[in-house]
Amino acid sequence: MAGRIAVAIADNIISPLGLTSEENYMAVKDGRTGLARYTGQWGLPDPFMAALIDRESLPSLPDEEGLTIFEKMVILSIRQALSQCDVDVTSERTLLILSTTKGNVELLGKSTTQRCLTPSCPLLGEAAKTIANYLRNPNLPIVVSNACISGVCAQIEASRLLATGRYDHAIVCGADVLSPFIVSGFQSLKALTDEPCRPFDIDRTGINLGDAAATIIYRGVAADALPSGAWTLVKGAVRNDAHHISSPSPTGDGCYNALRYVMQGACEEDIAFINAHGTATLFNDEMESVAIFRAGLSQIPVNSLKGYFGHTMGAAGILETIISMRALNEGIILPTKGYECLGVSKKINIATESGHTDSRSFVKMMSGFGGCNAAIRFCEYQS
Amino acid sequence: MLNGHCLETSGNGSEMLTDAYRRYVGDYPKFFKMDGLSRLGFIASELILQRLGEERFTPRTDRAVILFNRSGSIEADVHYQSTISDPDNFFPSPSVFVYTLPNIVTGEIAIRNKYQGETSFFVLEHEDQPTIQAMIEASFEDEGTTSVLAGWVDYTDAHHFEARMKIIIKE
Repeated sequence: MAGRIAVAIADNIISPLGLTSEENYMAVKDGRTGLARYTGQWGLPDPFMAALIDRESLPSLPDEEGLTIFEKMVILSIRQALSQCDVDVTSERTLLILSTTKGNVELLGKSTTQRCLTPSCPLLGEAAKTIANYLRNPNLPIVVSNACISGVCAQIEASRLLATGRYDHAIVCGADVLSPFIVSGFQSLKALTDEPCRPFDIDRTGINLGDAAATIIYRGVAADALPSGAWTLVKGAVRNDAHHISSPSPTGDGCYNALRYVMQGACEEDIAFINAHGTATLFNDEMESVAIFRAGLSQIPVNSLKGYFGHTMGAAGILETIISMRALNEGIILPTKGYECLGVSKKINIATESGHTDSRSFVKMMSGFGGCNAAIRFCEYQS
Repeated sequence: MLNGHCLETSGNGSEMLTDAYRRYVGDYPKFFKMDGLSRLGFIASELILQRLGEERFTPRTDRAVILFNRSGSIEADVHYQSTISDPDNFFPSPSVFVYTLPNIVTGEIAIRNKYQGETSFFVLEHEDQPTIQAMIEASFEDEGTTSVLAGWVDYTDAHHFEARMKIIIKE
């Protein structure tokens, strides 16, 4: 049982660009974006650019009264992914792992008490339990709350627990819903721009945020039973900069260490592209370029998907992995929307146009508040 | 309580953490910028790490910090919400907002100790030891990890908090 490998068998994305992974991927191929400019939204004094979901347009769920928007999006995403495979969500051998930064934090603005007195209250574990109960999964759900790297961490956690053989499947869903809490918070850090974001670009001025839910269902498969064409999570790592709680290490220590770990056993030529975090802040993109350079990976095409979806926080690590897998299924390296001219100190290879590749391996990397960084190397298994 | 023995403390609620800082740490003024959850995790980690008998403060990538709780960053969340709730008194605070993520406590511990290994934070609806144990053991799947500073660190408000932490070393 031990040593089973995590294989992605189904996925879903819900974002302003669509309700399925396919819809979202086609929109990205078409170069479309979910970003729009909002002035006076929620009474916030400063305008911002974000990819907001039209909540009224979400499909209904049976017995959805009492569910928050966050819970609804997670359930919709998981159900849509489940419909593509034969996984039994009610089995105790199926584990639910959620990735979110703020979950139901919107509820704080609607309540005057700080204790959890209602079934739907702002604690992440409560929301996860509500979701697990709705789906009739019997296990205690795990919530990964590791800032913006949560989506990558959740996939790494899934691969670890599937390797133990205790579970056959892990449903990994990441989601975050924007709110005055989140937007005003990022604005207070002067991290946002009200223009379309420009990852790695010399004129970049900050982040756009986005709503999304994204799910990957992983199956634990023995190494000698891998299906041809299957996406496998080969190696993952989380590493801290040990530098600052809200700024990345200028030498990209954590990111570099994570990259180095996941590249063990691979060579540069194998990797089709690195899907970076690329949030378009001055510090993040510079740091990632330093880490990529230090790791000796400067020739590998690098892209960021933030120009299509915005920064979707808890969903980002999963959503961007799905889009990357779909692109590589077709041998495509997607361009970095919003990028024109290199604006980082290391000469890395930012993908500007849709490119072709025969490699079937990519690296997903992310960084987050708290000094954490994560990377995963995915390979499409060829028998 | 440390290794089965009670340590002397004074003060009620969160004052106890400040008192513990003054008695047992004293050389890290960043403590005073931290929110309640980070102070709690910081003090718990200091009490353990001071007595481990190993060299400290040299950068290393082989020690993971993996913490769990139920309340997330609720104290900071409520505090931050209070800075934005009233449109006539709207003063979103970046220094409070930064702490509205529970994993920040793992970052504070990493910065203090120069731990460049894994830092992770997980929220569970209740403290389920089998799940926590399984996840800590599974963290050694990362071949770079030789020990884990792990624990339950929960802070609801100044009068409701608890931490239980330990170091687990790979054989």
